[in-house]
Amino acid sequence: MIPGQHELTPMENFMEGIWKQNPIFVMVLGMCPALAVTVSARNAIAMGVATTFVLVCSALLVSLIRKLVPKEVRIATYIVIIATFVTVVDYLIAAISLEVYEALGAFIQLIVVNCIILGRAEAHASKHGPVPAVTNALGMGLGFSLGLFALGSVREILGAGKLFGFSLFGPDFQPWVVMVLPPGGFFVLGAWLLLFNWLRNRKSAEAAPAAGAKGQRT
Amino acid sequence: MNGISLGQIFVSTVLANNFVLAMFLGLCPFLGVSARLGTAVPMGAATTFVMLVASLCAYGLNVLVTTFELEFLRLISYIVVIAAAVQLVEMFMKRHSPALFRALGIYLPLITTNCAVLGVALFQTAREYSFLQALTFAVGAGAGFTLALTLMASLRERLNLATVPNVVQGTALALMLAGLLSLTFMGFAGLGAGE
Amino acid sequence: MSGESRPMATPPAGPATTSTAMIATLGLVATLCGILIVSAYQGTLEAVSANKRIVLERAVFRVIPGAVRMKSFYASSAGIVPAEGPQPKEGVLFHAAYDQAGQLKGIAAEGAAAGYADVVRVLYAYDPARQAIVGFGVVAMRETPGIGDKILTDPAFLKNFEALDVSLTADMKTLANAVKTVKHGSKTQPWQIDAISGATVTSKAVGKGINDSAQRLLPLLVPNLGRLETAG
Repeated sequence: MIPGQHELTPMENFMEGIWKQNPIFVMVLGMCPALAVTVSARNAIAMGVATTFVLVCSALLVSLIRKLVPKEVRIATYIVIIATFVTVVDYLIAAISLEVYEALGAFIQLIVVNCIILGRAEAHASKHGPVPAVTNALGMGLGFSLGLFALGSVREILGAGKLFGFSLFGPDFQPWVVMVLPPGGFFVLGAWLLLFNWLRNRKSAEAAPAAGAKGQRT
Repeated sequence: MNGISLGQIFVSTVLANNFVLAMFLGLCPFLGVSARLGTAVPMGAATTFVMLVASLCAYGLNVLVTTFELEFLRLISYIVVIAAAVQLVEMFMKRHSPALFRALGIYLPLITTNCAVLGVALFQTAREYSFLQALTFAVGAGAGFTLALTLMASLRERLNLATVPNVVQGTALALMLAGLLSLTFMGFAGLGAGE
Repeated sequence: MSGESRPMATPPAGPATTSTAMIATLGLVATLCGILIVSAYQGTLEAVSANKRIVLERAVFRVIPGAVRMKSFYASSAGIVPAEGPQPKEGVLFHAAYDQAGQLKGIAAEGAAAGYADVVRVLYAYDPARQAIVGFGVVAMRETPGIGDKILTDPAFLKNFEALDVSLTADMKTLANAVKTVKHGSKTQPWQIDAISGATVTSKAVGKGINDSAQRLLPLLVPNLGRLETAG
């Protein structure tokens, strides 16, 4: 947040993570899980939910103890807190569904090095109260999950002809197998980024002539 | 499963199961540092070193954690040790080669959040590698990471001279490149897989 | 003049954080996190073990049709011990499946080997009477969909496991013939596995996993089979 900018309303706080600072499409962070587990929509959403859980819980805890932590040890503290919640979510997923647990594999534990979480803790949660911190974390988590879902659904539809396990095209569909393989992950994400960039360029192009006109009047 | 030879582990980790291009680990630095060849190689070397240290520590920590039946502390202990190792590498580099330290800048502390380093620790634990196998795995992972980084950096430097549509520039282009590289590396599949 | 016209003054630098303060904070955070982790661990332990058991039972009953009860054991040079006890040195885990009448229907064990993408874990069913593997299922794999995952469905491949010979030598120290995966169409012996054309790597992983496991388990298990005959 730029100093001097007005304090964000709760809604703006929440939406920040979904469009303006979408972790996947704008900040391009948290790539590793984004590509590795998004071979199906279900896995993508599970990973999104798990990451959101860790994001929200760690943001809450970091925000609650922010006045107590001396600045020299803050990164170490945040890392320990994040690792704790990742361990917790690891057990929770194993208890809820062993199938999802096996599908996500080592990437559940790799949530701890997801740059988004540490980044948010450092940049936001340590400087705001619990409610704004949690709102922002929720927005980020939702934006992340949306990004993962966008990837996972496209890869599953093209690579297996299914969505959430339901066959969409019938038995004669020739799956585009590369989509569920590593190269496909890179291509699909690249394509989404391309789309996002194009949309953003159009938006700023539409805003520019109006700003130009305003500038001329002063 | 533990009859795998060291050569097989090395070859398979560098080529067939390349950490970046096949297992999707270490993507943030891969997309961030690979713009110039000059920074790519030192980054790869530093990461390989940290991976080695992490692998050693993870092996020891795993023995400790299993003996005392404290499996739930495994993740925390791994990540804390990795963070400490990176800190040490930083201090060492600052002292003995300040130019390199300045060149790498912010990316050095970022090795802590590099999924590849923690990935080495987690995978070697899951696959129950012996001590030597774990070390080979770490060296292979680092070598594979450096290889991918170098290839990517060379390609991107070349692309700087080409005309690329505005929309594609930046990360989208890097990802397309990575996809093509990954496709190429799929040709190594099955190398080091057995017999 | 008044304080408001001056730019915001930088806050006075406080005393440097003492080591005690840092250690105290870290200690507090560590304790809090420790409590969280242990509560989560204890709270989910039962659910996780139950899940694992259900999944294992389902897999075993699929490779040994007709089985309704399962008991796990470790086989070692010292004999057979139930899996609930401490794991003996060099013990190999296996599962004995019993039918409705309590008779031993078969033995199931896991094998694993590196495949194309990651490790391929398989579960195979061993029939002591015929000294052969009579059932096969995949526990976990990340092989290429459409190519490697044919091991799940290809009927010719699955036929390999209807009577895969794993008889032991006379002194029961090792397999008479190692299980080997051969090129598609070149199977001549009952201890060979005909690979799937175009999915050689995955097929070889299955063969290696089964061979490694059988070589370790059967010499320890077969001499002690009598102990398992009735549901203990």
